Amino acid sequence: MTIFRTLAAGLGALALTLSAQAAGGAKHAHAPDDGWPFAGPVGQLEMDSVQRGYQVYREVCSSCHGMDLLSYRNLGEKGGPYYDPAYPNANDNPMVKAFAASDEILDPIPNDAGDHDYRPARTSDPFRTPYANKQAARAANGGALPPDLSVITKARGDGADGSGASYVFSLLSGYPDSDEISTRTGDDGLNVNYLRFNEEHLHGTLVQPAGQYYNPYFSGDTGAQWDGDPRHVPEGGFLAMAPQLIEGRVEYIDGTEASVEQMAYDVAQFLQWAGDPKQEQRKALGLPSILYLLLLAILLWFSYHRIWRNVDH
Amino acid sequence: MSGHESTYKPGNAFTKWLDSRLPIIRLASDSFIDFPTPKNLNYWYTFGGILAICLAIQIITGVILAMHYTPDVTQAFASVERIMRDVPFGWLMRNIHTVGASMFFLAVYIHMFRGLYYGSHKAPREVLWLLGCVIFFLMIATAFLGYMLPWGQMSLHGANVIVNLFGAIPLVGESIKAWLLGGPSIGNQTLQRFFSLHYLLPFMIAGVVILHIWALHVPGNGNPEGVEVKDVEKDTVPFHPYYTVKDGFAIVVFLIIFAVLVFYLPNVLGHADNYIEANPLITPSHIVPEWYMLPFYAILRAITFDIGPIQAKLLGVIAMFASIGVLFLLPWLDTSKVKSMRYRPVARQFFFAFVAAGLMLGWCGASNPDDPVFPSLKGADAIVVEFTDPDGTKGTVTFKEKREIDAYEAGDAFQEQKIAEGATGVTLGTQTAKTFTFLHLAQILTGFYFAYFLIILPLLGLRETPKDEPESIHKAVLAGKRGSAAAATE
Repeated sequence: MTIFRTLAAGLGALALTLSAQAAGGAKHAHAPDDGWPFAGPVGQLEMDSVQRGYQVYREVCSSCHGMDLLSYRNLGEKGGPYYDPAYPNANDNPMVKAFAASDEILDPIPNDAGDHDYRPARTSDPFRTPYANKQAARAANGGALPPDLSVITKARGDGADGSGASYVFSLLSGYPDSDEISTRTGDDGLNVNYLRFNEEHLHGTLVQPAGQYYNPYFSGDTGAQWDGDPRHVPEGGFLAMAPQLIEGRVEYIDGTEASVEQMAYDVAQFLQWAGDPKQEQRKALGLPSILYLLLLAILLWFSYHRIWRNVDH
Repeated sequence: MSGHESTYKPGNAFTKWLDSRLPIIRLASDSFIDFPTPKNLNYWYTFGGILAICLAIQIITGVILAMHYTPDVTQAFASVERIMRDVPFGWLMRNIHTVGASMFFLAVYIHMFRGLYYGSHKAPREVLWLLGCVIFFLMIATAFLGYMLPWGQMSLHGANVIVNLFGAIPLVGESIKAWLLGGPSIGNQTLQRFFSLHYLLPFMIAGVVILHIWALHVPGNGNPEGVEVKDVEKDTVPFHPYYTVKDGFAIVVFLIIFAVLVFYLPNVLGHADNYIEANPLITPSHIVPEWYMLPFYAILRAITFDIGPIQAKLLGVIAMFASIGVLFLLPWLDTSKVKSMRYRPVARQFFFAFVAAGLMLGWCGASNPDDPVFPSLKGADAIVVEFTDPDGTKGTVTFKEKREIDAYEAGDAFQEQKIAEGATGVTLGTQTAKTFTFLHLAQILTGFYFAYFLIILPLLGLRETPKDEPESIHKAVLAGKRGSAAAATE
């Protein structure tokens, strides 16, 4: 019977591990050195960082990536980066109103003449989208479609808490340094960028296709561009997004130094919030619910023993 | 024990009036209050009650989700997210519903293994077991249909893989496929019919559950000793309060685990790709079903060989359906007269092996079939250079030097030499070293899965010498109290 029990108990545990499959040849994303402040049952988003992350999104990411599922009002709602108890209705929040008003959008409702006007966004509007449609987005990006970032932290990683944010953080801060990339003139007279790998097994050169950038955390296949032992190809893949977060790319309003790691950290935490804006409420409701169930379990346990006390079983 | 005397006495004028017209209170009282239940049921027997709770939770949260969900390919993905973001406590409803599906299957697997271990499928409970198998089959169908609804990448491509399986059936396959999809390929009409059926099937499950409980109450509960109730006074206790409180405790412990997942790890059992909106033009690199279907998926993929005129694809489909279908035959395949495996020392060992095989099939289903099971035992891949000499002869040379780098450098040098000689089509590739892959493991386990039902159980029942069963539940309980050998296995 003990084996039976152990086995069955293992069923749940194994099921958990089974569902977490490693994606193909990309380097395993890692959390920042000090971990994520929102990790764990009592972890909370660091709202200063989420605010800075929104600044990075506005000034850098939003020129190519939309966030269709987010509206300006979400920024000021409970659990959001600009939530202010003085404004329980986020539509009254002056910060939120200012952010909305500084973006110009095409009014989805036609005017009296039947045309669509440009107007400043309102708090109820969804975030401004950088392109009118997917075709326009592809045309502007060499055929590649910049993914919508609304749920990117849930759409990457293995489903564990923070794994998606770790992916965003690792990818954005994980491009090779510019001095690791060399240039030579190819047979056709055009310049070719390549990386040299000099490790024991990983020995060879990796050529970056034109308009593509190597990143070890991007899931893809580097085999076709690899000149070296085909049994050991570099992890990662090529993506159409050039490294965006360059030292000092944004000037933080709160004066924080905008290092690459800092910006990647902030924007990953902003996207973590955006992917699941109710995570604070979710965790806050967890503890009382579980405590209630625990108390109920204890009461039932004693009731069980009291009711069965005179029955052999 | 439907034969047991009804002890219900209407207490007032209204209940007397009702009792002579619709004795529904009497039915409830006889079924769930006074029902004589063996007093030796252990915690494995609480999963029936747990499953009833799971079904109720899924139906209640599902009805609420359906109020806000939009079954339209252009809006489904966003509408699920809107539930999570803008519907008050929508995030809670949705997390409970998705985690609930996993908890439902976890409970049903334990419930089924319990039945298998204690011989719950044997006379006089064959119909009870068959109805359980029907419920399990309906659960798989419901879960499969429901996984389509969030309209993520796994929803679309997973459904595509499964529905395409029906295309392998000769003659009628293509028609069945078109009928399931509502057209030549997955589209809006497919999503709408999947939504409709996903709403329908749970109520069919609820109907069969009523039959399941009815079929349970005719012969009465089985029990871990496998001997039938002989003396209602000595062997049984009334269901209430004895088992309401014991089941109640187990249900609450189960809900605690449930709550941990809902509040802290809502996505850990899912797949990240399903948060990418469905796109028929991009196929995910690794299509896998939810964890609870992985063993059956492994059986499907294990069949890579044709048998006679039957092609591997069709054979895989047959094997997958047979792996569930064989459960329906179990009451007649298991020939042993002894119900509980406590008294079947040999069958017991095979049972544990069967549980392990089921878990490992799940592991195979989650893994890439070509990957090695033991990566450290896999030898180095060889380097292969292919070329076509200027005179048109094709050749390949394999390099298997012990040190990996030597093999590569020799191959690389040879490649350059061939190019210098003017050979064309010179490529340097690899030849995968032979190793024990997940495909091989899945094939062995699939063989064992079917052998367990079709060979081991029928033969063991005839050949095994069981231990002495106790005379009655009452005596077994007393013996257990004294710690004698009969119940020492517990």
